[in-house]
Amino acid sequence: MLIYTGQRILLAFMIIMLAVATMFMMIHAVPGDPTNVILGPRATPEMKEALRARLHLDDPMINQLYYFFRGIMQGDFGYDLVSNRPVRDIVLEQFPHTLILVLSALAISAIGIPVGSSAALHPNGVFDRVVGVLSISIIAMPPIVVGLYLLVFFSVSLKWFPVIGAGDSNDWLNYAWHLVLPVLTIGLSWIGYISRVVRASMIEVLGDHHVAMARAFGLTERVITRRYALKIAVLPAITVMGVSVAFILSSAVITEIIFSRPGIGKLIYDSVVSRNYPLVMGAVLFSTIFIVAGATIADLVNAMLDPRARKDK
Amino acid sequence: MTDHTTTPPIQDTQFSVLSALLCNPMGCIGFILVALFFFVALFADFLAPYDPNTINILSKLQGPGLDHLLGTDQLGRDTLSRLIFGARIALYVAAVSIGCAVVIGVVFGAIAGYGAKWLDAIIMTLFDMMRSYPVIMFALAVVAVFGPSQATIIATIIVTATPTYGRLMRTQTLTLRQAEYVLSARALGLSTATILRRHIVPNTIGSILIVASMDVPFVIAVEASLSFLGLGIRPPTPSWGGMLNDGYIFIKNSPWLVVSAGIPLILVTIGFTYLGEQLRDILDPKLSQSK
Repeated sequence: MLIYTGQRILLAFMIIMLAVATMFMMIHAVPGDPTNVILGPRATPEMKEALRARLHLDDPMINQLYYFFRGIMQGDFGYDLVSNRPVRDIVLEQFPHTLILVLSALAISAIGIPVGSSAALHPNGVFDRVVGVLSISIIAMPPIVVGLYLLVFFSVSLKWFPVIGAGDSNDWLNYAWHLVLPVLTIGLSWIGYISRVVRASMIEVLGDHHVAMARAFGLTERVITRRYALKIAVLPAITVMGVSVAFILSSAVITEIIFSRPGIGKLIYDSVVSRNYPLVMGAVLFSTIFIVAGATIADLVNAMLDPRARKDK
Repeated sequence: MTDHTTTPPIQDTQFSVLSALLCNPMGCIGFILVALFFFVALFADFLAPYDPNTINILSKLQGPGLDHLLGTDQLGRDTLSRLIFGARIALYVAAVSIGCAVVIGVVFGAIAGYGAKWLDAIIMTLFDMMRSYPVIMFALAVVAVFGPSQATIIATIIVTATPTYGRLMRTQTLTLRQAEYVLSARALGLSTATILRRHIVPNTIGSILIVASMDVPFVIAVEASLSFLGLGIRPPTPSWGGMLNDGYIFIKNSPWLVVSAGIPLILVTIGFTYLGEQLRDILDPKLSQSK
């Protein structure tokens, strides 16, 4: 387990390093002076000179990459061009909103666990078929359509929910009220997905020897499913969630923009529109680190629960 | 969802696959929707009742009516005609980007699965890295540097979609390289390239194409999302995402625009997902269990 943990953390580190290098090269791949790319056409020569010095642009390429990377390691993600504040501070201010959104979406996706396991009890029964059709239909539905339709029906037409914003952070009821539609935008497809995953693994587990053994001992179906089978059947769902942090964050970007919620997605989008490159790069890198960490933790948890996963795939 | 129906394994003709597909209500719906999508995209010129870019301010933001079946947008352009032409853009982006991603993925996946172990490790790490970027965020970063254009979208999708096919190809190659007919081909002294081309790729391409068909709605959604953000297809070219954005801006006065613009995305998503699910169950029962 120790070796596996080491390997996995090393891999995560390498992935982040490669991501940083890619990001770095992307800025430098654009023809012309990187200071023009970063500062835009209206920059004064003094501003460019200051940036050249700060980014070590006159050093050899490999040294530049080293400085860039050392900065990231020390938590220095660069400076915002507009406010001249550290990108890290701005990102950390916005990030909790995104985190709450993502975690709430994951929390409601847990509805898929009872749905999927109930469907698995009678494969091809009426409930299973209805759940099957519904979940397949919703899984691939793009968040942009789900979000806009929820907005049109529940906020604009029915006026049940607020149209924009995240609400008042100090008034948790108000904040939660603003959270409902965005969470559904991300979470609905996850309920479908998790129910499919749990259903499939539940059917497999119910066919296993230890379940047959439990039946032979005379345990009731209820006890077998609740106390034994479900525990194992939920594992793949955890893995799927961990691996999909990237995917969920993508949905969060769209959701935040549709509902004008503060958060890291809105931050990136706004800085793309205003061509605030350091902020874009910093926020994207921060998200990458978060995603890689999430996937690594999910893998490690999985390996802890199921020793078979420790072997290389 | 039909893991447990008694579909007999079908290997012979394409005709029997089609009939198995059409006998199943889900498969039938999927097939019809996908066929409709291709038909609309290819024959947009004949099907659209109006020119998609003709501006008619007098009839702006109309609801659905006899003149304009799905209403008009803020410039009085016919929504139905724009959606019909938008299908063409959606199909083009999906076909080009998924096509390239499949080819690149198959080549690198085969190398990873059949080649040396260190090569496998390098390619897999690269794939893991490419997958660790959230598509939309990655696209935003790329657009920030290179500017919005159709080419930027396509390139972004290729980069993010390739690892899926690469990984699938690698797994299948790893299994197939131990198959008897591959071992005997090796014993006969066939070159690695020939073995890959004649024996491995033809046996894996089916499941890869099924996954690819299920990726179509995802890719179309990415295109629509970026165009919605104003970072993809540039106006006035009609794109579903751009139209969603028009609708979003006028959501208070004219919610119809958003609702109409969302319909094709929903139909395409349902069509390809149903079709892919059913094809997978019919053609490749193994894959349906592993997913």
